[in-house]
Amino acid sequence: MLQTAKKTIQIEIKRQDPEINNGESYNQIYDVEVEDWFTVLDALIKIREEIDGTLSLRCACRASICGSCAMRVNGQAKLVCKTKLSVVEKNNKILVEPVGNMPVISDLVADFKPFWDKFNAVEPYLKPEGEVPEGEYLAPNDDMVHLVGVMNCIMCGACVSDCTVLEVKDNFLGPAALAKSYRFIADPRDGSQFERLQNLEKDGGIWDCTRCMQCVEVCPKDVDPMERIMSLRSKSIENKIDKNYGARHAKSFTDLIKNNGILNEVLLILRTKGLFNIIELAKLLPIAISAQLAGKRPPFFSHSSKNKNQIKKIFKKLEDK
Amino acid sequence: MKFAFFPGCVSRGACPELYTSTVKISGILGIELDEKALESASCTGAGVLQEKNQLLGDTLNARNIALAEKQNLPILTICSTCQGVMSQAEYRLENEEYRAQINETLADEGLEYTGKTPTRHILWIIVEEIGEKKFKSLVKRQLDGLRLAPFYGCYLVRPSKALKFYEKPERETCLEDLTEWVGATVVDFPGKTACCGFPIVTINEKASLKMVGNHTSTAKDLGADAMVTPCPLCHLNLDQYQDRAAGMMKRKIDLPIIHVPQLVGLALGLDPEELKINKHVISTKKLLTEISLKP
Repeated sequence: MLQTAKKTIQIEIKRQDPEINNGESYNQIYDVEVEDWFTVLDALIKIREEIDGTLSLRCACRASICGSCAMRVNGQAKLVCKTKLSVVEKNNKILVEPVGNMPVISDLVADFKPFWDKFNAVEPYLKPEGEVPEGEYLAPNDDMVHLVGVMNCIMCGACVSDCTVLEVKDNFLGPAALAKSYRFIADPRDGSQFERLQNLEKDGGIWDCTRCMQCVEVCPKDVDPMERIMSLRSKSIENKIDKNYGARHAKSFTDLIKNNGILNEVLLILRTKGLFNIIELAKLLPIAISAQLAGKRPPFFSHSSKNKNQIKKIFKKLEDK
Repeated sequence: MKFAFFPGCVSRGACPELYTSTVKISGILGIELDEKALESASCTGAGVLQEKNQLLGDTLNARNIALAEKQNLPILTICSTCQGVMSQAEYRLENEEYRAQINETLADEGLEYTGKTPTRHILWIIVEEIGEKKFKSLVKRQLDGLRLAPFYGCYLVRPSKALKFYEKPERETCLEDLTEWVGATVVDFPGKTACCGFPIVTINEKASLKMVGNHTSTAKDLGADAMVTPCPLCHLNLDQYQDRAAGMMKRKIDLPIIHVPQLVGLALGLDPEELKINKHVISTKKLLTEISLKP
């Protein structure tokens, strides 16, 4: 018979029940005997079945297909069915919490309503234009192969859980919904690219992302939501949907590097806000004064690269690619 | 150890104290900085340029690295963002076809990117190259009693694949390790690897301020005397916008944000003024009193 190594792991679980402890969360520690091949989910199921039947958790396929078991393990969102205990335990201990940025229903079960609402807000279905073809809508193979990367999303909510913008801004559409939006905007059969991009320009859309890469790091399916958001920004600017601070910042930044090689921070702010945008610039004045007093105001005439021409040449060659 | 020094735009702009303190500590640490090697280099693109055009961004970074390679020098960076963007470019350039495509452009200037000597942040160099034993032997001023909250900056923690955490697991805790080596106590808090909010400060100030307020107030409430960061962009947001964030939260925070080279400099026995530690918006006076140094 196959011999496996057993050991005891201390699993700390953040628990919450509307009827216990006035609905406040509390941590409970379980000592669980585990096999060396256990996933975090195996251990959680063992707790529920053998130690404490009151523990709530959600899972279905146990094979990283269904996307129901995203939780935070040691502070980071993971599909617990895909996460081996031996990889995440430190000194025989782990901490398991429900996903972040969503309300908790009970223990490790979160309410995904905000997740689905945002998903629905991007109209996650094809909206073709023109006459309906007799057969199927045809699309080039390469385009669809490219989209497979986004279609791999299993809607587990790991990216939404750890999104640093959602922690401070409820109305941000978030990485999952924006990646899904990209899936249709980049689909050659879709006819409402411009309208979709216009909607994403608004507050809560693509320009709220900080590029912190949490979603890239935690996505169990390598969907790379942040890269999709960056592609949406690029498409938005290409479509001249660029009368917003985000697009102006990106464009000014690029122009400054193109012409000077390195960044001029003062010009970047002035061009992003607009030279005659007195109200916005006035709001920045106290920050500029405090920086000046501390000797930290960036120079108006910044350094530049010693070989600006070569940099310009590279821009000319590649900027439209 | 000789390096091609890549100071980044910010240490020559809004954070001159970072440049000064880096130069001051390098000599003592046995790090020779070649400040001329990268005079014709460009900005890394800071992830912003890459939003629009990844190939262009990667080409510029490959060019910067190739300039250093031509002089047989590895690059030393002092900014999490510069480092992260370069590491990401290096990671993509491992693909031979992509590297050949980019080298075709670089050939015009007689350059070639090989990627043989990966770019490193000074914090990594201290932890990986100098190491605990040698570093501790150089410490002249134990910063006992000082409680410091680490703040990495996104680009020095993610994506972990491009930053090679699997090969160099010490990178995951390098800031806490260094803090302990100087004798200070680490104030651990969940925000240490989160976003400081800098990238959206001109786009969505309110959300950015909430991030600043959350991180600095949490660290402060956990008893931190200061926050230490290897990223000048994080420093700018957490320092310059902290009072405004505190105002929004209707409380006081007053948490000094110091650069890694300033912390190292203090431990190496340098004078706080030499490290320009007084050149911050949030006063460092109380912090310096804490370690019995006149502000």
